[in-house]
Amino acid sequence: MSDAEVTAVARDLRKSFKGPDGTAFFAVDGISLAVRAGELTALVGPDGAGKTTLMRMIAGLLKPDAGSLSVLGIDVAADPQLVQDRISYMPQRFGLYEDLSVQENLDLYADLHGVPQEERKERFSRMLEMTDLARFTKRPAGKLSGGMKQKLGLACTLVRSPDLLLLDEPSVGVDPLSRRDLWKIVQQLVDEEKLSVIISTSYMDEAERCAQVFVMNKGRLLASGQPDSLRSRARDLTFTATPPQGTPARELQARLIDRPDLIVDAVPKGGNVSFIRREDADDARLRELLNGVPVEPRTEELEDAFMMMLRQQEEQEGGTAAKPARDAVAVETGSNGDKPVIVVRDLVRKFGDFTAVASTSFDVAQGEIFGLLGPNGAGKTTTFRMLCGLLPATSGHLEVAGLNLRKARAEARGRIGYVSQKFALYGNLSVRENLEFFGGAYGLRGNALRSRVAAVLEQFDLAPSAQSGILPAGYKQRLAMATGLLHEPDILFLDEPTSGIDPLARRAFWRTITSLAQGGVTIVITTHFMEEAEYCDRIAIQDAGEMLALGAPIDVRKQAGDVGRDMNSAFIAIVEQGRAERDRQKAAA
Amino acid sequence: MNVSGFATRLVALTRKETRQMLRDRSNLIVGLLLPVVLILLFGYGLSFDVTNARVTVVLEDTSPTARNVVAGLHGSPYLAPSWVASMAEAERMVRAGQTDAILRVPGDFSRRLAAGDGQLQLLLNGVDASTASAIEGYVSGALAVPMQQQADRAGNKPSGIGAITIVQRMWFNEAGESTWYLVPGLIVLVITLIGAFLTSLLVAREWERGTLESLFVTPVRPLELVFSKLAPYVVIGVIDIIVCLLAAKYLFQVPMRGSLWVIILSSLLYLLVSLGLGLFISAATRNQFAASQMALLVSFMPALILSGFIFDLRNTPLVIQVISQFLPATHFMGLIKTLFMAGDYWPDILRSCSILALYAIVLIVLTRRSLAKRLD
Repeated sequence: MSDAEVTAVARDLRKSFKGPDGTAFFAVDGISLAVRAGELTALVGPDGAGKTTLMRMIAGLLKPDAGSLSVLGIDVAADPQLVQDRISYMPQRFGLYEDLSVQENLDLYADLHGVPQEERKERFSRMLEMTDLARFTKRPAGKLSGGMKQKLGLACTLVRSPDLLLLDEPSVGVDPLSRRDLWKIVQQLVDEEKLSVIISTSYMDEAERCAQVFVMNKGRLLASGQPDSLRSRARDLTFTATPPQGTPARELQARLIDRPDLIVDAVPKGGNVSFIRREDADDARLRELLNGVPVEPRTEELEDAFMMMLRQQEEQEGGTAAKPARDAVAVETGSNGDKPVIVVRDLVRKFGDFTAVASTSFDVAQGEIFGLLGPNGAGKTTTFRMLCGLLPATSGHLEVAGLNLRKARAEARGRIGYVSQKFALYGNLSVRENLEFFGGAYGLRGNALRSRVAAVLEQFDLAPSAQSGILPAGYKQRLAMATGLLHEPDILFLDEPTSGIDPLARRAFWRTITSLAQGGVTIVITTHFMEEAEYCDRIAIQDAGEMLALGAPIDVRKQAGDVGRDMNSAFIAIVEQGRAERDRQKAAA
Repeated sequence: MNVSGFATRLVALTRKETRQMLRDRSNLIVGLLLPVVLILLFGYGLSFDVTNARVTVVLEDTSPTARNVVAGLHGSPYLAPSWVASMAEAERMVRAGQTDAILRVPGDFSRRLAAGDGQLQLLLNGVDASTASAIEGYVSGALAVPMQQQADRAGNKPSGIGAITIVQRMWFNEAGESTWYLVPGLIVLVITLIGAFLTSLLVAREWERGTLESLFVTPVRPLELVFSKLAPYVVIGVIDIIVCLLAAKYLFQVPMRGSLWVIILSSLLYLLVSLGLGLFISAATRNQFAASQMALLVSFMPALILSGFIFDLRNTPLVIQVISQFLPATHFMGLIKTLFMAGDYWPDILRSCSILALYAIVLIVLTRRSLAKRLD
């Protein structure tokens, strides 16, 4: 095999770590692969697949336990420095020096990589132009927005043209606009400089742009090939079902996904339900399940093939991570007829001169799933915190569960449940101890507490004696939800609940949300995954504190115009229209 | 290794460290302001000398001889004598905390003095034992000369054996000034402080912020990281050493009997040890909070308590003495005090400096190792 064609070769590579419970587990468990030079290669897989561990081994930062790994024809384990002299690597969290300016960060990395002065001028101006950071060269890196930091990280990695570029989940935690910009830069460099790039991602649409895709899960390689050939695995198995008028798509979706014997996967999309049937599914029983709803075949996507592979692996291993939580018994909420449970009028929040939320108004009806979307720094979190009563509003009217948050904040809090973005439970307490503690904090005691704890344990299929800190991510998520639901709130607030959990666990999560909504609980949720907006009854898109769109997902997509094929492009279009509008107003003023 | 690459990277990294240091105000406060505060605090605030000790004199013998002897008290800068009429009054003052000692001159003092057997009674408030013993020393010192003079004047010839007079003389610190031995020790403390509070955060911060992972996958060598992190703080340390030396000489008039260059050279050596220790703790813990706690515990506190800064180590239990021998601060403390007050004593200088040099090398090698470019 010639080095000119191959940039990295792994044979039966293994790496184990000590798990949180003290036992060793294999993060990379016998992977063999060959990455071709001069093209874009994707490592795709959910969180915990082993992508980062593999990347770090390629970068010479981790020593494999077993197997061989050659990068640029060099045995990395034996001579990591030789590899590190020639490659560039952008870790998931690129370490910018926040107290150094943009230019100083660039200079530092150029010096470290030994970029000659005469090459710098041209390279820097090109990188600054591509990343649109030329205006900010004097600004400290710590004062850039999340998306800009990520772009600067990429620029620092690319101060010279490396023999191999490693990008570890560059788009994680980055909003769709910044994501698109990052990809534009990478694509341009691959085209112009024939760069060899290995990029890891959990987004299928990103994998689809690569020449070669390696699908990983739980430390193993599930499949590899060109996106087209991988996609074809789902050929003739993908369909779109249209739910009857007046029923939300997610209810049909819930019905389908509850039948793993017939259906591989189902997600709501544009008011319809996209599903994958099992190849061996019995036609008669499938017809019975669909119960006469109109079904159309649709073109398969990489995502479909990926979901099939994940399900397959899980069945082989008899995994249970994706078992959905049980249907909630209808929660008895204080029904207040048609009156909305959340009323927001002209809500404003300022931090000093900075307006985080500008004059926002909306209502949320009982049993509705309401999604708040927006790029990083759009004001989602601020709006969210005001709704939960964690942050007072500067002005405006805010009513939750019929209570004015200005006057009865404590009382209103008793009617809402809150699940924060980070795991905010005590890791060294057992599941039961956490539930009992938080139940007590909500004022439950004695029999009431015991019966509620028992109820949520059953509803979320949790083992009471397990230590909370070492649960798998999906189960931690469930425990957090269970905690938020202990006091049977009317409204449940979820702040980016699905970041960091794998697609199967996400399906199970949304299945639970659907059943909670059916039970009458109102859900307010923020998310980074635009396709998840499809589960919502209505969504609001915010940018720079202003409400840009409000309505059912399908209406929001219509507002975006022709490009609104999927939620992601609709989102980008709406935010850009909003920004253009704002610039026009600024110019006029 | 490519030499020009090494130099370029070292310069780039050092520039980065310097910028970071200068932009973080708390660094400069700890590095430059805190030493000054310490110097003033220890130099003026902490002193084991007793000045203006209140001695109450009960003069039961009013003869000129007795008055002459007691008048010696006025000549001492350490004593503030006052006079009362009766013993009962003096005792009341001790109880009320209005005086530290009673000097009683018995009614038959002059008569017995003439007979060569003059006796005075000194009663001390023993609540603060060290103050009490200091006062005892001052009083007997203040009285010894007039007593002797009086005895001579009386033409008293000791009967039989010659009278023995003990003349005390303190070497190296003739006046017994505590600033003389506190201020040299302060240099040790200030240098320890920079390592314990500043360099102990440097590597841990980079681990926490994830900057090391990006830095590792570049041509950077671990030794370059170590040197670049030491360089700016060596400058801060040198400034502090100069400030300490100036304060010692001009503010506290501490004699510098050893050669200045030996003092400076050995201080620089200890500076390297201190910075190296901080850096090693930082690289080993990878956590800023743990690193600063650890540095306080293994570096600063022992330098304060176990190095002989305040307490003479020979009076401590054997275990403590053994432990203190492992502290680089102990060796430098002994050396710097000798250098200031006694002068160059080469066997001691060579021994202490080789120990310090060994520590510096070992710590830098250990730090370099713990910065091996690996995440596992």
